[in-house]
Formats: sequence, structure tokens, C-alpha cells
Amino acid sequence: MIKGFCYIMLFYVIGEIVSMLIGKLIPGSVCGMILLFLALTLKWVRPNDVSRAATTLTHNMALFFVPASIGLMHEYKILMSNWAVLLTVSVVTTLLVIIVVGVTEERLDRKLSKKGGIEK
Amino acid sequence: MNEIFASTPFILLLVLGSYLVGCKLYRKKHFALFHPLLVAMILIIAILLLLDIDYDTFCAGSSFISFLLGPSVVALGYALYEQIEQIRGKEIPVLTAVIAGGIVGIVSVIAICQVMGVDEAITSSLQPKSVTIPIAISLSEHSRGIPSLTAVIVFGCGLLGGIVGPAVLDRCHVNSRIARGLALGSAAHGLGTARAIELGAVEGAISGLAIGLMGVVTSLLIPFFESIMR
Repeated sequence: MIKGFCYIMLFYVIGEIVSMLIGKLIPGSVCGMILLFLALTLKWVRPNDVSRAATTLTHNMALFFVPASIGLMHEYKILMSNWAVLLTVSVVTTLLVIIVVGVTEERLDRKLSKKGGIEK
Repeated sequence: MNEIFASTPFILLLVLGSYLVGCKLYRKKHFALFHPLLVAMILIIAILLLLDIDYDTFCAGSSFISFLLGPSVVALGYALYEQIEQIRGKEIPVLTAVIAGGIVGIVSVIAICQVMGVDEAITSSLQPKSVTIPIAISLSEHSRGIPSLTAVIVFGCGLLGGIVGPAVLDRCHVNSRIARGLALGSAAHGLGTARAIELGAVEGAISGLAIGLMGVVTSLLIPFFESIMR
């Protein structure tokens, strides 16, 4: 498991470096995630080496953002004074995303498999 | 006594204990509002107020746990690798749909915020609202949003998407299991996946994949839309 954590930290560090190089457009952790995915796909890293450490982290992820959400204690005034915008954005965009993703995938999938017919 | 309450071990005990209580309650009741995050949040805030522990002390004490957020985002790369198999042969429709969803999600947030006229910080906090909370928090921090606000809104959207998602998809005549799973995961991350698993194994698996894809797509799109729309 230590090996797995070592790999994860390695990709976190490389991710931070990449993030710095691209002018901090994307957070280092997200760069690290993309790089780890690529390294696994390109078989530079064996999945077995990281699987235990990675699943330990991802299965308990909810715990790690508990402290961050406590900040609401400080920021609840923002929530109260902007509730109308927050509610509108949450409802409208969530529904939009569901509809757009669902409809696009289904239509495109049907169209492509009709045309090509090579789809497995 | 106050010294003990302000110490790191006590704060870690508080966070871990409250989270554990949340998990127990959720397993028993299996009701979305008893999600470990919400239960832990309410318990911790109540205890902090009761024992008069200030927020900065709490942050210092719990920084060990918050730090693990970064590595767990990196670890999502492994989850993505494991799940990508699910869409062999359907890469084009799946990726197009997630990218379209990502664009619509970000553009609609920025547009509504501009029409209703709110602070930049709030727009930044809302932009990543369809992605899984750890990634959303990193993105929000990154564009100078308010991470705690992001966490709560993202949670709320997930709850909403999970509850009304299947009915909305029915109404739009989206029947394919892949499309339904993908839509739930893209819009409502983990909470959408929990619902998708109830619909079926295919929906659940695809939905899990959608969480990772939406995270990557949104992270890449935010800097782009930030530069052209704001």
C-alpha cells in the first residue's frame, strides 16, 4: 500500500509542476489525476501497484471534504443573502445538464450505430 | 480544558467521530438527507459552537484530513482507468455528450449569475457545480471561489439530480441505459450514481465513469470560459 501512496504522491507532485508550467489554469491535483490515468492507460504504471491505496482514498472521499464544508459556519451569510441566485442556478443548470447529456448520448449513439453498423 | 478542545487530537476525534456517526445513520436509514457529510457537518458545527472553538483553530486541527482531498482527487485517475472499459466502442457519443453537458453546465451558471448580478466569488464557487465534491472544491479554490459554499451547492445539486433525474429523463424519452446512467453521473456525481445503481447495474457503472469524465471535462473547460465570458 505504501508503494501505491508513493505513486499517488509522485503524480500529485508532477501534477503540481505541470499546473505551474501551464500557468495554473488547472489545479495540480486534477493534473495529477489526468496524468495517473494516462500512465495507467499507457501501462507505465501497473494497476495493481496503485489499486489498494487509490481505492482506500476514493472510498473515503466524503470524509476528506468534511473540514472544508465546515467553512459554511463562517460563510452562511453569503448563502442567506444570495439564496435566490443559488437556488435558480442549482435547479436550472442541474436539469439542463441531465437533459443535454442524456439526449445527446442517446441520439448520437443511435445515429452512429445505424450508419456504421460496426459498433460492437 | 479549553486547551484540550483546541488540540489537534480532539479536533481529529471530532471530525472522525461525527463522520462515523453519519455513516452509521446513513446505513440504517438510507435516506439522502442523512448523508454522512450533512450529519457530520451539523454535528461538528454544533459542537464547535457549544465548546466555543473558533473556526481557525478547527482549520489548523483538521488540516491533516483536508490535505487528503488532493491525493484523493489524484486517486480518481485510477477509478477512471478502471471504469473506462465500460464504454469501449461508444467513446464518441459518450465523450460528446459529456463535453456538451460540461459546456451547458458552465455557460448556464455564468449566464444566470451575470443576469442576476452576483459577486465574482459566487460565480467561481458555482461553476464546478456538476462535478464530484473533491474536484469541485479544488476548482472553486483555484478560481477564488468559496470552497464551503461550493461543497454545499454541489451537494444540493447532486441531491436534486438524484431525486428528479430519472423522471426528467423519462419525460425527454431518454430510454437507453447508457444515456440514463451517463446523464445522472454527469449532473449529480456520487449522489446521481447512488440513484443510477438503483436503476440497474449498467446505469450504475456508466454513471460512475461519468463522474470522472465530467470532472476532467469541467476542469479543462472552466479556464476557457472564464477567459471569454468574464
